Amino acid sequence: MLDTLVAALRSLLPQDSVITDPVRLRTYECDGLTYHRATPGVVVLPGTAEQVARVVRLCNDFSVPFVARGSGTGLSGGALPREDGVLIVTSKMRAILEIDLDDRRAVVEPGVTNLAITEAVRDRGYYYAPDPSSQQVCSIGGNVAENSGGAHCLKYGFTVNHVEACEIVTPDGDLVTLDRMDAGYDLLGAFVGSEGTLGIATKITVRLCRAPEAVTTVLAAFESIEQGGQAVSAIIGAGIVPAAIEMMDALAIEAAEAAVACDYPEGAGAVLIVELDGPEAEVAWQFARLREICAGAFELRVAAGAAERAAIWKGRKSAFAAVGRISPAYIVQDGVVPRTSLPGVLAAIDRLSAEHGIRVANVFHAGDGNLHPLVLFDDAEPGAGERAEAVSGAILDLCVEHGGSITGEHGVGVDKRRYMPRMFSEADLDTMQLVRCAFDPRGLSNPGKVFPTPRLCGEVPGVRKGVHPLVESGKADQL
Amino acid sequence: MIPGVAGVAVRDAGADDAVGGVRPRWVALPETVEEIAAVLRACAARDLAVVPVGGGTKLHWGAPPDRCDVLLDLCCLNEVLEHAAGDLVVRVQAGVTVAALAAALAAKGQELALDAPYAEDATIGGTLATAPAGPRAFRYGTARDLLIGITVVLPDGTIARSGGKVVKNVAGYDLGKLFTGSYGTLGVVAEATFRLHPLPADRRWITAELGQDDVPPVAARLAAAPAEPNAAEVDRPDPAGPVTLSVLVEGAAAEPRAESLRALVGAGSVSAAPPPWWGRIAGDEVLVEARFPATGTRAVLEAAAGAGLCLRGSVLSGRVLLEPPGAIGASELAGTVSGLRARVEAAGGRVHVLAAPYAGVDRWGQVSALPMMRRVKERFDPGRRMSPGRFVGGI
Repeated sequence: MLDTLVAALRSLLPQDSVITDPVRLRTYECDGLTYHRATPGVVVLPGTAEQVARVVRLCNDFSVPFVARGSGTGLSGGALPREDGVLIVTSKMRAILEIDLDDRRAVVEPGVTNLAITEAVRDRGYYYAPDPSSQQVCSIGGNVAENSGGAHCLKYGFTVNHVEACEIVTPDGDLVTLDRMDAGYDLLGAFVGSEGTLGIATKITVRLCRAPEAVTTVLAAFESIEQGGQAVSAIIGAGIVPAAIEMMDALAIEAAEAAVACDYPEGAGAVLIVELDGPEAEVAWQFARLREICAGAFELRVAAGAAERAAIWKGRKSAFAAVGRISPAYIVQDGVVPRTSLPGVLAAIDRLSAEHGIRVANVFHAGDGNLHPLVLFDDAEPGAGERAEAVSGAILDLCVEHGGSITGEHGVGVDKRRYMPRMFSEADLDTMQLVRCAFDPRGLSNPGKVFPTPRLCGEVPGVRKGVHPLVESGKADQL
Repeated sequence: MIPGVAGVAVRDAGADDAVGGVRPRWVALPETVEEIAAVLRACAARDLAVVPVGGGTKLHWGAPPDRCDVLLDLCCLNEVLEHAAGDLVVRVQAGVTVAALAAALAAKGQELALDAPYAEDATIGGTLATAPAGPRAFRYGTARDLLIGITVVLPDGTIARSGGKVVKNVAGYDLGKLFTGSYGTLGVVAEATFRLHPLPADRRWITAELGQDDVPPVAARLAAAPAEPNAAEVDRPDPAGPVTLSVLVEGAAAEPRAESLRALVGAGSVSAAPPPWWGRIAGDEVLVEARFPATGTRAVLEAAAGAGLCLRGSVLSGRVLLEPPGAIGASELAGTVSGLRARVEAAGGRVHVLAAPYAGVDRWGQVSALPMMRRVKERFDPGRRMSPGRFVGGI
């Protein structure tokens, strides 16, 4: 089956856009979540939206599943390929098609990197607001699929708040434009964050923001994480909405020091990075309040310019990779709790860590309760991986118990679909499935992601007996 | 009584309960989400068409329903369920009025930054269903951008939730976006959870009278102003007259920022209160909305004047409401809309007729993703019983 499809793909695309060489295929076997791997059946690198549409139509003709991939930086296995399917990589679609500062928008192809948009307009005083920490390499198409956030989404929102329109290839292979200006259902809002299960974005119109007049970045060092947490509550309580509030605990600081020598204050139980931005007068007022609130900090640094600001952010931005310096292996977790639950949840994570003998470094977007616990283990030690997995899963349970979410920005992907029933009822998931069935009745677009074993479109809810047809045909796993 | 519904308050409908001239047989008054589900299950069993209603302030928006057996009045679901002030989040029932919610939030120094019209009577559910844009959409977005969780009841009585009560959350599809602005055609919004903002420390309005030609360059300067206005509204009650521009600045140091914005506008006065028309809809028996990119501002102003329509709305977020100064007939309206639409679409915008008491007016214009919208409707409401015919393409 796949052989015939490959022949058809070759007739459709330039020679170098169809990859079947096993060695080259393996470079695509995982995304940023490296412990889920699958060698794709075939990889295609289309150069135009029309080519993407044709590839998808061919997949329909052959009833073969397809998965879209941008830069492959995702952390939930959303771009995990299918061995029996086509991986559609957007890396050749990297053109910034239009920059219109009068309308404060840019039109880009999906393979354009997040940072490239900002770089194209920065000298004229504009930027693209969502800033996932992988922004130097991650693609805007991937950002749309995952509804990516970043440190500054506390004030400025997520990808979905900054996308004005998307041209998409539907799972049937039609080119359709979803535009916020149109009347009708907000399909754009449903599409952004659907993790590639509702189609593939081929052209994206994003909103550009005016760079703020003033930015003040503050690093506050506290003796304990509790003190840091209290400061966060006080900032929010004072009616301040900073651009970002980030926190790191002692273990995360230790890792960052080992990796990038960020020179954070010695002996800190927690550091808080607070960034204020906006009109100069407003930032000055907020900073004065912030100083009072952080009176309990044993050291307060204020960045004097761009270089010092970058120095403050350096430790935070390197934190994920940095834990590699203090641990042979680690799991990056992503969960959310209501911000006021942070102290209780952090204490519970401490207990979990002690019970299982597994260290956990905490790095988080404190302003919106988005935790990124880094669960550290030695993969050479028998059973350690399983214990780390248990701690990591238990942290998600804590998030759900406290009324939070199993993912704040990394997505569900293949990694967390088994946790979805902990957060959503069967009726909730079946209702989401209605959207899926409207867009993708044949279940070909990134199957096996987001949802635990889904119903077939058309299947009546009720007790299912025997082997699920999707499981039997290899399109889904029974979880 | 609606056959098969027990324990839910139901009354016979009167002439006042008509939706766009279509008179229902019954009005159901559920008090809980479960009661909504019970009513919808009974309606499903008997193929009864249902139109949900909140305060009824925008019930005449959208096309009249093809049929309506049951008016589902959500006024009894009027509780603020949870205001987690420390988390800047509120969960409310759909029947809570915008004003009641604002009062509850203000007591804790917070607000839902939506500026929904008809605040005294309009409910949260109706505001979500019609998704009107308020002045501060430029800064805070519209309802879909502030909604973080939703509970809906599907036409078959299924109760489903998506999102949650944390702002940052990407687990599962966002049904809230889909239901926001769906005009009651997919199901019933029962509960909603929103992100909140602290009430600003201070507010100032800069209000000035401008000639039509001065508006686009001033709007462009405002959008890029370092003093960061949160809204800029225009009002032109006389289609041939001048435009009143009012700019809102919020937060710390509002006074000096307002002065710098006044200098930027080049005229006007600064006040601590809005002009009386701010955020209000003057009349809406016939109401037309234009959406447009910033570069379309001039074309929209000219087209509205040319069509003889009064204009009010946001030049920063590119959404204005237009209405005729007096009575207008069906064919005259159809002609006005088609002329207006041609000019606004040529400038990259869209024209939607939100309200008009006539059949035969193309209310929504071209909708590029309409076939996919039909497929969504077919999945959620295969029996076409939820507000049938009220929305795009007769959905």
